[in-house]
Amino acid sequence: MTSMPSLADLAQREAAPGVPVVDAVAVNATQNRSLYASREPIYPKLAHGKFRTIKWAVMAVTLGIYYLLPWLRWNRGEGLPDQAVLLDFAHQRLYFFGLQIWAQEFYFVTGILILSALALFLVTAVAGRVWCGYACPQTVWTDLMIAVEYLWQGDRNARMRLAKSPWTFEKAWKIGGTHVSWLLIAVATGGAFVFYFRDAPTLFMEFVNFEAPTIAYIFLGVFTATTYLLGGLAREQVCTYMCPWPRIQGAMFDRDSLLVSYRAYRGEPRGPHKKGESWDGRGDCIDCRQCVAVCPMGIDIRDGPQLECIQCALCIDACDSIMEKIGRPKKLIAYDTFRNLDAAAHGAREPLRLIRPRTILYLALLAIVGGVMLFALSRKTVLDVNLIADRNPLYVQLSDGGVRNGYTLRILNKRGESRRFALELGGLGGAVLSVVGGDGKNGGAIEVPANELRTLKIYVSVPGDAARSLPEKSDLTLTVRDLSDGTASQRETTFRGPGR
Amino acid sequence: MADKKEIDEVTGVETTGHEWDGIKELNKPLPKWWLYVMYTTIVWSFGYWVAYPAWPMISGYTEGLLGFSQRERVAEQIALAREAQSALNTKIRESSFEDIKADPELLQYAIAGGRAAFGDNCSGCHGRGAQGFTGFPNLNDDEWIWGGTIDAIHHTIQHGIRNGGAEARDSQMPRFGLDGILQETEISDTAEFVLSLSGQKHDAAAAERGAELYANNCASCHGEKGEGNPDLGAPALNNNIWLYGGSKDDIVKSIVTGRGGVMPGWTERLEEETIKKLAVYVHSLGGGQ
Repeated sequence: MTSMPSLADLAQREAAPGVPVVDAVAVNATQNRSLYASREPIYPKLAHGKFRTIKWAVMAVTLGIYYLLPWLRWNRGEGLPDQAVLLDFAHQRLYFFGLQIWAQEFYFVTGILILSALALFLVTAVAGRVWCGYACPQTVWTDLMIAVEYLWQGDRNARMRLAKSPWTFEKAWKIGGTHVSWLLIAVATGGAFVFYFRDAPTLFMEFVNFEAPTIAYIFLGVFTATTYLLGGLAREQVCTYMCPWPRIQGAMFDRDSLLVSYRAYRGEPRGPHKKGESWDGRGDCIDCRQCVAVCPMGIDIRDGPQLECIQCALCIDACDSIMEKIGRPKKLIAYDTFRNLDAAAHGAREPLRLIRPRTILYLALLAIVGGVMLFALSRKTVLDVNLIADRNPLYVQLSDGGVRNGYTLRILNKRGESRRFALELGGLGGAVLSVVGGDGKNGGAIEVPANELRTLKIYVSVPGDAARSLPEKSDLTLTVRDLSDGTASQRETTFRGPGR
Repeated sequence: MADKKEIDEVTGVETTGHEWDGIKELNKPLPKWWLYVMYTTIVWSFGYWVAYPAWPMISGYTEGLLGFSQRERVAEQIALAREAQSALNTKIRESSFEDIKADPELLQYAIAGGRAAFGDNCSGCHGRGAQGFTGFPNLNDDEWIWGGTIDAIHHTIQHGIRNGGAEARDSQMPRFGLDGILQETEISDTAEFVLSLSGQKHDAAAAERGAELYANNCASCHGEKGEGNPDLGAPALNNNIWLYGGSKDDIVKSIVTGRGGVMPGWTERLEEETIKKLAVYVHSLGGGQ
C-alpha cells in the first residue's frame, strides 16, 4: 500500500486532543515483501480493562493449578501413592483424586479427550477462539513472559528504546534479567510437568541431590527448552505458523459466532479528530492505533477477521479506554457476529442467536458422551474377571468317557487390600471344577493380593455318564464371589464336547 | 521476481508473480526461521549418515562412527531379560515341586516358561496344545503311560523313552504277528477280547476265545483287566483313550507289529530349570495326578 504514511509522520500526529498516534503497524500488513519474512519484533503495550483483568485471572488459575496440583496429597490407604493427581506409567495406573484408571480403562481418558474436543467446538461456535485467546498454554505462558519483560524493561516504548539503544550495562542487566527470569519460569514449568509422573516430594529431593532418573532430567530439559523457546522467544510465531488449530477454526465458527470485531460501520471513515470538530459524517475511529499497540499478535483488528487473530480481546480494552477519553460510546471494537455486522452496515440489527443447529448438535453430542461416561463411571468395578476358553485343544476326552475343558481365569483386584474369592460353577449338571495350584473343593479360597492381577488355569470336567448326553456346545457360568462381603462377578462361557 | 509486486484486487495482498491459467499465487511469506530449521535438518541428516549405519554398499553397509547395531541392542535386551529371570530360575532349580505349586508367583512363572519351552521343543510331536497325534500321546488327558505324577513326568522329560539312554524309560512290546508268536485267527480273537475290555462292540464268542490268549500273552504287562502298568509303559486297554487307535483294525495292527514310541531325553539339551518348568506345565495341563 503505497499511500501508507511513514512512521515518523505518524509519531508527530495527534489522533485526538490528548491521544497521540502510536507508531504501530500491523506485522502482517501487505508490503513489497520477499518470499521469506524475518520476524517483526512485537512489543505489546500493557492494556487495562475488563478483558485484561479476566486474562490475569485465567492466568492465575491455570498456572496455579499447573504448578501446585502435583503437591496436593490424597490419602488412598496402604500401598498406594498419596499424590492427588499422578500418572503412574510404571504401574500403568492413572490417579485423579478418588478415581483410579487402570490401563484397560484408558477409554475414560479417551472419553475426557472427546468431551474436551466437543467443548472446544461448542465454545468456538459460540464465541470464537476463546481457547486461543485465554486458556491455551501457549497464550498463557506468552502472556506471562511478556509480563516478566514488562517488569524488567518497562512498557512498549521503553522496550523499543532499549532494543534500539547500544549495549550498555543497564541494557545488559535488563535484557539478561529478563532471560534469566524466563529460564527460571521455564525450569519451574518443566519441573512441574515431571512431578505429574512421579511422587512430587520424592522427585524434588532427587532433583536437589542429583539422583533423579535420567528420563526425568530429559523431560525437565525438553519442557524447559520448549517453554523458554515457545513462550519467551517464538510467541506469536507458534500460533501463526506452527499451530494447525487456527486453520481448523475457520470451519468451526459461522455467521452467528461472537468474534472480536472492529465495527467498521461505526468507525469508518477513520481519521484524526481535532478539538471542537463535529463527529457528523465521519467514523468514531480516530486512527490512534492503540488496538495495534496492545496486540500480542502484532496485527490490526481493523483489517477484519484474520488467521493471526487469537481473539484475546485486549484491543477491546485499549479501544474502550480511548472511546471513554474522547467521549464516544464504547464497543467500537467488541464481540459481535458477522450477521449483525452485515445488518448494521445497513442500519439494521440482528439479535444474537445462541441456539442454532450447530450449538444444539454440539450440546447433544456433549450430553451423549458425558452420559455414556457417567454411566461407565457408575459401573466402574473394583473387581475385573476375565474368562478365556482354551482353543487348543477345544476339549479333552478322558479315560472314563468324560469330557474336560480348560479355561484361563484372570481376577483383577482393584482394591487396596488383599481379597479372597470362591469360585462356583453353574448351568451344567455334574460339572466338576478344579484349579491348578488350588486346594480343596473348587480350588478353595483364591487369594488375590491388593491391586494385583492373578491368572489361574482352571479345568471343568463332566464325568463319563453325564458326558454321554452332552451336546457339542453347552452354556456354562462361572461366579467369582468375594468371601468377605459376598459381592460377585459372573461370566458366561461355552463348554465344548465331541457331541453325540 | 519482479521488482514491483502485483497486488491482488480482492485480498489486497501482493502476488508471488506465479500464474497458472489465470490463477495467481498470493505471497504469504514463510518465516525465515522456519527455512533455517529446514537447512538445519538437512545438515543434521549428513551428521546422521556419518554417525549411524546409513548407506548400503556392494557387500555390507556403512556402519557409522557410533557403531550402533540393532542386532546388538536386541542381544543386550535379551541378556537383560535373562538376568531379570535368573533369580526366579534359581528359585525354581532349588525348590521342590510342592514348593513351586504353593507359591502363586513361582507357579505362574513356571507355567509360562514351560509353555514357551514346550512350544519350542515338544510341540513338534505332541502338538501346540499338547493334544497329541496318533502314536504321540495327548498330554491333556488323564491316561499316563509312564505315570502322571509330577515326578514321573519330570523323569520322562529328563531321560526320554526307548532312546538307549541308561536311565531312559524302556520296555518293548513283542511283534506277535511279524515274529510268528500268534496266528492270524488268534490275533483276531485277542483283539475282540481287547475290544470287550473297554466296553466296545465285539464278537462275544471270539472274545471268549481270546480271553485265554490275552491272559497268556498280554496280561503280564497290560494287566488282567487291561488296567495297564505305568512301570512298564503298558497303556491301559480298558478305557476310551487309544494311542494308536481303538478300532479292531488298529488293535490288530498293534498286536501284529508291536508298539513302542521313542522320545528323546532332554537333560543334555535343556537347562535343569527349563525341564522343571516343562514338568510343571505338562502336569498343569489337567491330566496330572
